[in-house]
Amino acid sequence: MSSALKVIIPIPERRVHEIKGPKKVSAILKELGMSSEAVIVIQGENLLTPDVTVPDEAEIEVRPAISGG
Amino acid sequence: MKCKKCKQPAIIALRRHNAAFCREHYLEYFYGQVERAVKEYRMFARDDRILVAVSGGKDSLALWDVLLTLGYRADGLYIDLGIDGYSERSKEKVLYFARERGANLRIASIKEEYGLGIRELARKARRAACSVCGLHKRYLFNREAMEGEYDAIATGHNLDDEAATLLGNLLNWNTGYLARQSPLLEATAANLVKKVKPLYRLTEREIASYAVLRRVDYIVEECPMAVGAKSILYKNVLNQLEEVSPGTKARFLFGFLEEGRQVFAGEKEEVALKACALCGQPTTAEVCSRCRTLRRAGVTL
Repeated sequence: MSSALKVIIPIPERRVHEIKGPKKVSAILKELGMSSEAVIVIQGENLLTPDVTVPDEAEIEVRPAISGG
Repeated sequence: MKCKKCKQPAIIALRRHNAAFCREHYLEYFYGQVERAVKEYRMFARDDRILVAVSGGKDSLALWDVLLTLGYRADGLYIDLGIDGYSERSKEKVLYFARERGANLRIASIKEEYGLGIRELARKARRAACSVCGLHKRYLFNREAMEGEYDAIATGHNLDDEAATLLGNLLNWNTGYLARQSPLLEATAANLVKKVKPLYRLTEREIASYAVLRRVDYIVEECPMAVGAKSILYKNVLNQLEEVSPGTKARFLFGFLEEGRQVFAGEKEEVALKACALCGQPTTAEVCSRCRTLRRAGVTL
């Protein structure tokens, strides 16, 4: 893709998804099939709320918050 | 989204509270939930000494951070489970946290105690790893708390953990466990220290958010022994319900604690505790389950 936003999912194995932006966080989670109740979304040092639009070329982390231990 | 309190840009949405908060008011909310938990269950007093069981994960490190920030006398206890790679990485997070905050940290090691890591111990005892892990952690929490003369042991159990445990106990009709499930486990013997769960009102997502905001560097990867744990399945199911009906998890757990648990009160057995013949820790049997497991594993006691 010539321009896309990068989504990093660190666990269970580190995966990087490229998604055509700009896109709202809520739409990104829906596209990835992830529950907004089970993850936090981080850009740099900031948390992102579901209504935030992530532009192309941006990099975000979708970090699972659920642990099994 | 705007902060419900000050109308500044919000950094977190809490659908279950029909609210969004900026950083300042989110932290205020978070500390408020912990103080409420501590007060409602009389978990500990302001000048009590608290031993926080820390694993390096988000919940226990966030808990330690909260208690220190609120001015409680909170020391940490890390138990090195001897899981190759994972234990080294989690311990590093705990050491860094303690160093950064100038906090006191105690360390116990399964390998130093028994000559085996938890994986090998479970294999030799022919028991599930999580079961053996929990058994030995609880033993060491209590022993360290007694030796250090702490007033309470605090663990990072959260709303998702407690709701998942409740769901599992209901699905299997573990009425004895249902009678005992609580954010506070009183010391029922002279050589037992009470155990408390100050984060029980907060979800894992809220705790992870707190950790990021407070720059708490925690181990993100899961314990390799937790793969396939039933608790994750229960949490996923509950989160599906939460998506459709925000507040489901809290209503489920808090409703049980306020109204439902008393239904099972009759299942609560009053058991006579005595000292284990081998280690002296409280048990209902002649030899406690920890010592029995060690014997099975061929560990000399």
